[in-house]
Amino acid sequence: MGILEARGITKRFGGLTAVNDLSFKVDKGEIFGIIGPNGSGKTTVFNMISRFFPITAGEIYFNDKRIDALPAHEICKIGIGRTFQVVKPLRRMTVQENVMAGAFLRTSNINKARNKAAEIIKFCNLDGYRSRVAKGLPIPLRKRLEIARALATEPELLLLDETCAGLNPKESEAAIDLIRRIRDTGVTIIIIEHIMKVMMGISDRILAINFGKEIAMGKPQEVANHPEVIKAYLGEAYA
Amino acid sequence: MLNKNTLMTIVFVLVAVALPVIIKAPYQQHILILVIIWATIGTAWNLLSGYAGQVSFGHAAFFGVGAYSAGLLTLHYGLSPWWGLALGPVMAMLIALPIGAIAFRLRGPYFALATLALGEIFRLMFLNATGFTNGAKGILIMPAITSKIVYYYIGLGMLAATLLVTYLIVHSKIGYYLVSIREDQDAATSLGIPTTFYKNLALLPSALFTGLAGAFYMNYVTFIDPDIVFNLTDISIMVILVVMLGGVATTWGPTIGAALYIIMGELFRTTLGPANVLVFGILVCLIIMFLPNGIAGELDVIKRITQRKKAGLSGGV
Repeated sequence: MGILEARGITKRFGGLTAVNDLSFKVDKGEIFGIIGPNGSGKTTVFNMISRFFPITAGEIYFNDKRIDALPAHEICKIGIGRTFQVVKPLRRMTVQENVMAGAFLRTSNINKARNKAAEIIKFCNLDGYRSRVAKGLPIPLRKRLEIARALATEPELLLLDETCAGLNPKESEAAIDLIRRIRDTGVTIIIIEHIMKVMMGISDRILAINFGKEIAMGKPQEVANHPEVIKAYLGEAYA
Repeated sequence: MLNKNTLMTIVFVLVAVALPVIIKAPYQQHILILVIIWATIGTAWNLLSGYAGQVSFGHAAFFGVGAYSAGLLTLHYGLSPWWGLALGPVMAMLIALPIGAIAFRLRGPYFALATLALGEIFRLMFLNATGFTNGAKGILIMPAITSKIVYYYIGLGMLAATLLVTYLIVHSKIGYYLVSIREDQDAATSLGIPTTFYKNLALLPSALFTGLAGAFYMNYVTFIDPDIVFNLTDISIMVILVVMLGGVATTWGPTIGAALYIIMGELFRTTLGPANVLVFGILVCLIIMFLPNGIAGELDVIKRITQRKKAGLSGGV
């Protein structure tokens, strides 16, 4: 069953077409990976789904409802959470307050929000940092905080933008474990990642794009061996 | 349950209520009333600019509209200027709506510049609409009450209401949302926060209490003209400095800043004349350099420094 469907979505910035007539369908409960070289339009796809940009053309459906004309803050309310590639912690707030800010979407009660936050913080293994101010955290923890904050809004679909970039192997293993556990709670995940090893191990299906167009789509192994993908990453000679 | 904060608040309230009984000289009572007016404006500004991070350079617009609401009622309709305490805040909120609609389209410094311009527009409008506002001649009213102590307690009630409402807003879901918007607007949007709506939730009470302070000012001082109550430097910018001195985004910071500003102004006015603001300016510079979160925001640091002095230790932090 599809939870999110994009039909022919296109984004133009002036003369530059960042995403060009892209269509895909994400099934409920899967981890859907999007890969592509730098500047291929991955993050733009996220910004289109989460309505940070208006889309130029095409349609996006979430649970069979059209969402591409909703205001950005409504997207979260209907159940799509996101993280940012360049993390955006609420800098001078503590870890707990950051997560509470997310939890307030579903409740107006401070105590309920605090309990919800405590639960999520534990789930994300941030227990030891609850009262630490967000701007003082190292990058791996800030990335995890980003996920925790999005989880607190109780999303059905979570958009993760390069949560493993800049992490060492051990840290990214922890991140992958967290992503799996999130999926196991029933949340559908779309993930953008550069590190192929991460993507191969974690994704159920992968969409590869270049210059804003689909070049391959399918099981991780199929996509990795697809000549177009190899060409995009390694050049003509290896295809 | 009595924790340290409630205890502090109770002491604060008792002292505030007892002050005019102890201090009987009208001049000193006058100074206390000015502190109250400034503390109210500061606390109101702090909600929008300190907590929600939307730095306004145009709060004189709300202050002036509040003051003129009271003055014009008397001038045109012969009503008691005390009705201004009801009309002033309403008018201030009414002009806040279009100001918000225009300025909230902008972020950061652009928001600040827009509010600065809008504040000046109001000054010029009131200066030039002479038929309605008396223009630069201003409005003079005859006060019905001359006892300072009455003004003091009315003002104190006004300040208490401002502090209470601000405190309740800040310690609710709205407060968390406002601070989130200040810290990162995009992140706030991604958490489902309708940022413009919540900015308005900060702007409206902020305008309301600034307008209330303006109406109270008209009643107390009994003379206003556009260059006094819509003044860019003496109102809009001064309130920013007052709150920075006391502590941005703290409950008591604006009140502490207001007390220091007024008392220092009085102390140095006789010796330095118009240059007395210079001392205040230097103090603000020192605060920015050494206590960037203001006096109320750096209580821990201040405590550490004084304790170290007592212990006779020296050296850097």
